[in-house]
Amino acid sequence: MSTVAVPKKRSIWDGGESPLKVSYGKLMMWFFLLSDAFTFSALLITYGMIRYMHPTFVGRPAEFTFSIEYWPIPERVYEALPFITGHYPLIFVGIMTFILILSSVTMVLAVEAGHRMDQRDVEKWMLWTIVGGIAFLGCQAWEWNHFIHGEGAGTKMVDGSLFTGANLFQNQYGPPAFADLFFFITGFHGFHVFSGVVINIIIFYQVVMGIMAKRGHYEMVEKVGLYWHFVDLVWVFVFTFFYLI
Amino acid sequence: MAHHPNLSPEEAHKANVRNIWKVTAILAGITFFEFTLAFMIAPGMARNAIFIILTIVKAFYIVAEFMHLRSEAKSLIYAIIFPLAFVVWFIIALLSEGSFIIDYK
Repeated sequence: MSTVAVPKKRSIWDGGESPLKVSYGKLMMWFFLLSDAFTFSALLITYGMIRYMHPTFVGRPAEFTFSIEYWPIPERVYEALPFITGHYPLIFVGIMTFILILSSVTMVLAVEAGHRMDQRDVEKWMLWTIVGGIAFLGCQAWEWNHFIHGEGAGTKMVDGSLFTGANLFQNQYGPPAFADLFFFITGFHGFHVFSGVVINIIIFYQVVMGIMAKRGHYEMVEKVGLYWHFVDLVWVFVFTFFYLI
Repeated sequence: MAHHPNLSPEEAHKANVRNIWKVTAILAGITFFEFTLAFMIAPGMARNAIFIILTIVKAFYIVAEFMHLRSEAKSLIYAIIFPLAFVVWFIIALLSEGSFIIDYK
């Protein structure tokens, strides 16, 4: 029996090329980000459920006082600014959002510079991104400190005593779940920012050492950039669900 | 870059940078708008719905432009967008159904 070789029509899934047209590293980063999105979604969905399991305060924001009976109004909880006395509702968290979005922009500019193989520009923009990340972490640390220490005489707890500040068991702002969710969600996010800053520093070092230039491409900067944008994206959602709704 | 086949590298670079700052301005504008809404509209279903929609718009810009998902292969775009769409539905569903327990406990 004679065999004639018939060329089989190659499909993109036959191997030897990337079906989704991205490198392995980039694709794995996307899949990791998707899985991390599920983690944060689980936290935010939990927040949604628990928050609406508690009564909502009815009345004008000016009449609001802290109580463990109902969920607090965000603009009355987050109204402090460092070094300045007075009530500036949601201003500090607005500044934090602005810092993180800006650091995301500098990251995009770093990736764009990488496409042009411009090492100086990549260094410059990555450095700004790292500064932005550290600034955000500093702000978040101040926010936690102020939240934990609290202000004023305190709120009446179940046992009748007055309590100022917050921990995992009770807090002056509202039901215990309020502080728990605050610490967990902003804590997880802050940890991701921290790991993002560390990774950015490592890649910045590699760029400065000329490793990317030698490699011929700055794709590592792009992959790390994806992680950083994800961190910013999560903050956008946390900001909306925690501080606005 | 993929977006500008007809321009010289110089002009393509300038166009890319301009686009990045344009998206930044859009994100900043939406955030500022959300802020003013937070203080001008009373808390309630309508305000929450607007916040969620604006947040999804911001997320779209970040994922499409900053993460360059817009210029990736179609199948990758779908692989990311579809699961996230379900997740957003889930968040909204539990936000609105969470009160069921308090109402019927």
